Amino acid sequence: MAFQKLKVALVAAATMSSVVGVGLFASSNAANASTMVNWAKVTHLTKTGPTSMTALVKAAKKEGKLNVIALPPNWANYGQLISGFHAKYGIKVNSENPNGSSAQEVTALTTDKGRSIAPDVIDVGTSYALTAKSSGLLAPYRVSTWSEIPAALKDAKGYWFDDYGGYVAIGCNSATVKCPTSFAQMLSAKSSSGYKIGLNDSPLNSNSALAGVIAAAVANHGSLSNVAPGVRYFAKLNANGTFVPIIANAATVQSGATNIVIWWDYLQASGISPSVKTWKVVVPSDAAVGEYYSQAISSSAPNPAAARLWEEYLYSVTGQNLWLKGEARPVELAYMQAHHQANAAWLAKLPAIPAGANSMFPTTAQIAAAATVVTNSWATKVGAG
Amino acid sequence: MNPLIFDGDMAVGGAGASASAPPTAGVVTRPSRRALRRVGFPILAMSPFVIFTFIGLGIPVLAVIDHAFRTEKGHLTTANLRVVSHGVYRLGFENSIKLSLIESILPGILGVFLAYAILTSSHGWLRPLVTTASGVLANFGGINLTFMFIASLGSTGVLTVWLKSVHLDPWNYGFNLYTFYGVAFVYMYFQIPLMVLVITPALGALRTSWREAAQNMGASNWQYWRHVGVPVLLPSILGAMLLLFGSAFAAYATAQSLTGGIIALSPIQIGNLMNGNVLSGQVNVGYAIGLGMLVVLTVTMVLYGLVRRRASKWLQ
Repeated sequence: MAFQKLKVALVAAATMSSVVGVGLFASSNAANASTMVNWAKVTHLTKTGPTSMTALVKAAKKEGKLNVIALPPNWANYGQLISGFHAKYGIKVNSENPNGSSAQEVTALTTDKGRSIAPDVIDVGTSYALTAKSSGLLAPYRVSTWSEIPAALKDAKGYWFDDYGGYVAIGCNSATVKCPTSFAQMLSAKSSSGYKIGLNDSPLNSNSALAGVIAAAVANHGSLSNVAPGVRYFAKLNANGTFVPIIANAATVQSGATNIVIWWDYLQASGISPSVKTWKVVVPSDAAVGEYYSQAISSSAPNPAAARLWEEYLYSVTGQNLWLKGEARPVELAYMQAHHQANAAWLAKLPAIPAGANSMFPTTAQIAAAATVVTNSWATKVGAG
Repeated sequence: MNPLIFDGDMAVGGAGASASAPPTAGVVTRPSRRALRRVGFPILAMSPFVIFTFIGLGIPVLAVIDHAFRTEKGHLTTANLRVVSHGVYRLGFENSIKLSLIESILPGILGVFLAYAILTSSHGWLRPLVTTASGVLANFGGINLTFMFIASLGSTGVLTVWLKSVHLDPWNYGFNLYTFYGVAFVYMYFQIPLMVLVITPALGALRTSWREAAQNMGASNWQYWRHVGVPVLLPSILGAMLLLFGSAFAAYATAQSLTGGIIALSPIQIGNLMNGNVLSGQVNVGYAIGLGMLVVLTVTMVLYGLVRRRASKWLQ
């Protein structure tokens, strides 16, 4: 209890000092650069004047650094995005806890508030962006290409906006088994088929594994709002002896412990394909379930200009194409394809959406409901305890 | 590992000291400045440890209790406790306790025999070798350990393939690494060395002269163990088993990476709630599970204290 009070006091003190700090910074900035721009409050760029792109680049270079969190270099090509940003603007990118989770990103926003190492921007599952928004941790911002982001994939005021996504895919080592192209084929296979099907993680812990269960539900007379058939699906696989509940990754594929992995298509492309040359990734013909991650800027970003410049970079043609190169589907892809801005070679590498498949994107409410159902039934139904 | 659990004397002393018996009668009846200094200095010397323990253990425990009784917005509630005492979270406690009991009793017994065999072996080089190996293996856990077992005893593991070639595939005989008993099997890999590590010094205290004395008076091997060996060792063995219980109860990464959540275990559930990518905004339910785990460990320690006091009574 005492600890709680102490924490509250510390957070309060930190908030106060950051408010005072922003004030001081703004006024000293005004004295030096004869502008009154407080970048932490800028919600969009203007064509000209003190909040133009040119002014933003100048201010961001002056800050000289950007703090990002939980961006693995081989995840959706973030390694090249970060080095490209650094090369273009000379701004140092501090990458904290690259393998962190969405929960850890939101926690860092709270616990690091007021520190110079606090994250400037986050990349999280959309439900975590909503949590962070309701806790007042995010600053609204609309990138210059705002109109190119589909309306369903962004917060109207710009507190968060989706960045890239992909589809639940079946990856398979074609050197060891006959590759399935649908959930139905995996279900009918007996253990003699040699199938060793794994998820990338526990669906109680990983959003992508949860999406795998949702996709299995869609393929088995369930829906985005009814995931119980997905849980039953994996229970049947387990009974068939074809489900391997370990955390599947390139190592388990190379050792032969798993030869089929259900995971996001773009993460299979970066996580397994480079080390397993015979790895084939397909979007299942009986369920094309996709999801996007979301970008957001911290309301207490220590480098508010660099944070905004980073978003402008990510949503530029260059940034969007670098995600595409990582075999992720950037959120502005439809617009880019229509305007011939998408890199054709990288576009061709994406796993095709099977003809006739109906692409589905669960809402955050559907994901939250699915999480509850899976949490309460995964251990008892699939593992029988 | 928690040193408080480790040292039985301290755990019991905490409860026993409540009688506030004076250390020596003389000091209390007439407190002098020197006596005060004599009492004061040990307290002063202890204080860094006490402060350190309070910061490292006391504050987190208080925070866990506090959070367990609050909603995410900070209002007082008992809803979190109601949630974790039902359904899958209750199952998590049951599985965790069951697993920890298996993991304290089986490796406890095996470890005693192993340690005794090494101690009484005529090959002197065995003891340092096994002790060093135990020190390493007792700390070998998590994803590395999981992968070692998958690569050796998984359905396509090296050992499995060898056994298959002589028609002894363990997977055909009901062996399955990815089940509750699979996890229990893998835990043995670090639990048995841990037992060897903590019980070896206690076994060393068993003097050969006692055995000789018993034999001189015509005691059989069985009678020696029944009346001398086991009663002397029992408190230490129970203490070590308690340590094993705690070690298994809190183990997390091994089970998580081996079974991907298909077995409900309390530490994994806490991890999902606090650290995951799926369940947002239910952190305090995780704290409530933490509180439950604290209660289980407290009960175990009290039970241990009672058993130990009884077992060591005749030694006084």
